[in-house]
Amino acid sequence: MSTQQILGRETFDDRGFFARLSWFDWLWAAALLVGSVYASYHFAPWMDRYEHGILYLTWASTVAIGWMWKPARAFTIAVAVVSLFAVMRYPDLAAAESDFFLNYLFSSQAAIMWMCALFLAATPVYFAGLLLRSEFLNKLGTALTWLASGAGLVGLLVRWWESYLMGPDIGRIPVTNLYEVFVLFAFTTGLIYLYYEYRYQTRAMGGFVGLIISASIGFLLWYHFAQGAYEIDPLIPALQSWWMKIHVPTNFVAYGAFAIAAMIGVAYLIQARNPEGWARRGLPSAEVMDDLMYKNIALGFAFFTLATILGALWAAEAWGGYWSWDPKETWSLITWLNYAAWLHLRFTKGWRGTPMAWWAVAGLFVVTFTFLGVNIFLSGLHSYGEL
Amino acid sequence: MNLAITLLVAVAIASVIGTVLHQNEPYQDYLIKFGPFWFEVYERLALYDVYSAPWFLFMLAFLVVSTSVCLTRHTPVMWKEMTRFRDHQQERSLRAFSHKREWFVAMSPDEAAAAADATLRRNGYRTRHKSKPEARLVSAMRGTSNRLGYIFTHLAIVVICVGGLIDGNLLMQWKYWTGDLVVETRNIPVSQIDDSSKLPPRQTAFRGNVTIPEQGRASVVFLQLGEGYVVQELPFRIEVEDFRIEHYDTGEPRSYESDLVLHDPELDEPIRQTIRVNEPLIHNGHAIYQASFGDGGSRLGLRAWPLDGGDPEGLETRVNEELEIDGARGARRVEITGFEVFNIHPEPEATDRRQVRNVGPSFTFLLRRPTGEALEYENYMLPVEMDGGRYFLSGVRRSAAEEFRYLYIPADPDGGLDRFMALLQQLRQPDGVAAASDRALDGIGVEDPQVRGRIAAEAHDMVDTLLESGFDAVMAEQQARAEERGGQAPERLMDFYRLVIERTLWEGYAQVLRDEGIDPGEPAEEDLVFYRDAISAMTALADYDAPVFLELTDYDHRQATGLQIARAPGQNIVYFGSLLLTIGLLLLFYVSHRRAWCLIRPEGGGTRVLLAGNSQRDPLGFAKAFDSLGAELDHRLGGDGQPPADTNGERS
Repeated sequence: MSTQQILGRETFDDRGFFARLSWFDWLWAAALLVGSVYASYHFAPWMDRYEHGILYLTWASTVAIGWMWKPARAFTIAVAVVSLFAVMRYPDLAAAESDFFLNYLFSSQAAIMWMCALFLAATPVYFAGLLLRSEFLNKLGTALTWLASGAGLVGLLVRWWESYLMGPDIGRIPVTNLYEVFVLFAFTTGLIYLYYEYRYQTRAMGGFVGLIISASIGFLLWYHFAQGAYEIDPLIPALQSWWMKIHVPTNFVAYGAFAIAAMIGVAYLIQARNPEGWARRGLPSAEVMDDLMYKNIALGFAFFTLATILGALWAAEAWGGYWSWDPKETWSLITWLNYAAWLHLRFTKGWRGTPMAWWAVAGLFVVTFTFLGVNIFLSGLHSYGEL
Repeated sequence: MNLAITLLVAVAIASVIGTVLHQNEPYQDYLIKFGPFWFEVYERLALYDVYSAPWFLFMLAFLVVSTSVCLTRHTPVMWKEMTRFRDHQQERSLRAFSHKREWFVAMSPDEAAAAADATLRRNGYRTRHKSKPEARLVSAMRGTSNRLGYIFTHLAIVVICVGGLIDGNLLMQWKYWTGDLVVETRNIPVSQIDDSSKLPPRQTAFRGNVTIPEQGRASVVFLQLGEGYVVQELPFRIEVEDFRIEHYDTGEPRSYESDLVLHDPELDEPIRQTIRVNEPLIHNGHAIYQASFGDGGSRLGLRAWPLDGGDPEGLETRVNEELEIDGARGARRVEITGFEVFNIHPEPEATDRRQVRNVGPSFTFLLRRPTGEALEYENYMLPVEMDGGRYFLSGVRRSAAEEFRYLYIPADPDGGLDRFMALLQQLRQPDGVAAASDRALDGIGVEDPQVRGRIAAEAHDMVDTLLESGFDAVMAEQQARAEERGGQAPERLMDFYRLVIERTLWEGYAQVLRDEGIDPGEPAEEDLVFYRDAISAMTALADYDAPVFLELTDYDHRQATGLQIARAPGQNIVYFGSLLLTIGLLLLFYVSHRRAWCLIRPEGGGTRVLLAGNSQRDPLGFAKAFDSLGAELDHRLGGDGQPPADTNGERS
């Protein structure tokens, strides 16, 4: 790039980060804070001090995300409004079937089904947008992904309420079994993707990321219809802990980021066969995709490390040791080592391009085994969602 | 590929082994699974406890050493990178940078330098000025903590591995390998265990289990090692005052907790604390966890009903105790293996997983023959309602791998076993059977005394066969007999004998009813149902294969708590390493080390300004950042002689 061409044309904003925030940013953060404070008083009988801490931590991270990524603000507002609306129409479990809105839209079952449908629709729309070079279809893909992610989040939030309706001693955050975490995986991956779509201003990856989300939706639907996995079951004592609230979501940010990295790897490998052709369709350059792949693996690695550490801290409290070489733990270590090797190759050897893309794709298989295979094939302390 | 990557991949692959091969199982199981040859090979490779295997630990140690070497070699380089400004850059080399921008402005070099300095500082750069006669150079850098990220992450790996190796109990493994520590394989009281199988307190890290009944106490834990266990002595004594468990409606445990009293000679007062899952008691480097629960030797009051005839006998026993019984069919040793206060089962026609019911207490026991073989039984205390009737259930199986097959003994109207046992008695006693068959023949209308005598004898045989071998055996026997006698119509003979045995059984039952004061001439519906169920239970007795039926009459529940006690001196080291790792990764990924230089040279009447920069990682991110840096400097320099883009001039 010639630096002379753009000389003297642009302005710059020398205000600090906080000075650049608008009144809406502050109002939004304040409204979320009011909601959090209300929740922490209203639900105090069900919360211990750690859970209060987690609530305010969630508030702080949501605000940080929303200030850096503006579309997240509208998303949180929409999700909050819809969830509150659903909860207000939900005095008991029977309402799920008798109330029109709950039955068709906002009960956890309905919302999760909407999430499935919308994600399944978004993927072909994104691909059509890419192949037909249609900006409209691309934007439609983005809209569908936002709606799907919102539906998934609403589904879990309402399910949280439903679990308390079943019985106060059954109530818990809905991230405790394979069914619930698949929902979590789908919309977390969707949201992380949307963030990078916004940051890199390209919708060309939507279809590729949509593939992995659709695959998880496929599993979720099978699990729902063939196994009746949507039932809310009480928790065994080892899982009744506030650690659940941070350990599991942290893990799924990592899984989501790793999955996105792998799908960008796929896009990279496809693009490498005909760079000019794909560039005309709007697929980003190899350099940008490589960077995106790195960004996702770095994000995933940081969160995965944190999740594993949180898991170790929890294990030290629940199982009597921070590390037991339980199959899930061991496979987490294997996953961690795998991406550590990937990062070393990039940092110390300066590897880029095709081999790293292949490795990122292979990494997804390791992640999938850690996430799912361990539960299916190996038994151990983490056997909560058996098939 | 360099060493680090090879090691990371090697540790990953080695770790897979332990997830595929079940770890720390009894050696006998491995022997059965793999056969003698492979069992031996795997044992040599220490695959049954891979993560304590010498070669695995060696690999980890090698990882620690190589990371340490890497760290000591690179830290000085990183430190230089962090602290040095590289203020010897020549104009020529700056022009070779891919990110650069140039201005020619009317202001003085001092003003330009001030503008450059202000721009760089506002963007988070540290700056250093260096003046030479021909030019001055502003060197700047930011994000130097990125280099700390390298140091932190690598140091973290070393720290975590060292902590882990401390807690990996190397000393115990070492003693085991050298033979100083002998593994105990027998199930014997602690007092009889040899000192060579005991580990003194406060020496090493450990993680072991102990089961303590309510009001019981313990001052050791058991550590699984090799093909057996060793005993770890504790520096304190734990007493369990009470154990409580709560359940969900579905019968699964919701929470369980133990009231512990910890007596430590170093303490003036014992510590009293209630522990639960997720809420351990931590004392002096030892953590005591609620891990499991079981029976602590509940007292069971039993009534043994002999199935061969005879009166019931009351017995007292405890879970995990044994008692001998003598029956007509030989002695059996009763080993009481378990007791449950309640059993939650799904409703018979449940459509929902939550439709369940409590069928009351049950206990399990083994009946062992003198030859050593044993059958396992599971008896319920209370009759269970099924299909409109109420039955005492007793399951039997040959091994734990099988499902229980149940005997359904109908409960009498009082909900007891008396009527069934009375009927059994009636049919076991020759007199009883004779009287019953007599009345049966009256009913059928056989009058010839000789025929009556013969048929009565056969009826007795049939009842015996029925109780010993089941109804099919009776019919097979009769068929054989009928065919042996030839005769014109064996079917008619068979029908006759079936009539005889049916009537005999009924008459036996009629006698039982009469003894209860019920007129058998007009039996109630429930008495008929009872009869049908009783006869089918009797025909199943053949498979039940027990000389007695043990009825649970009363109990005193005594629970036991399963504690896991761990001492992990390396834990805080590992936590510190984890913190380092987290901070290090954030620095490594989200802070990028950027350098920029601004060369300012007087030229003609004005000043030439050259801005250049680079960043080792994150080239895309830097390209953007450099553009905005250039834009800002452009602004401060007055936009290349053109009017400033922002004329408001109000700036913070």
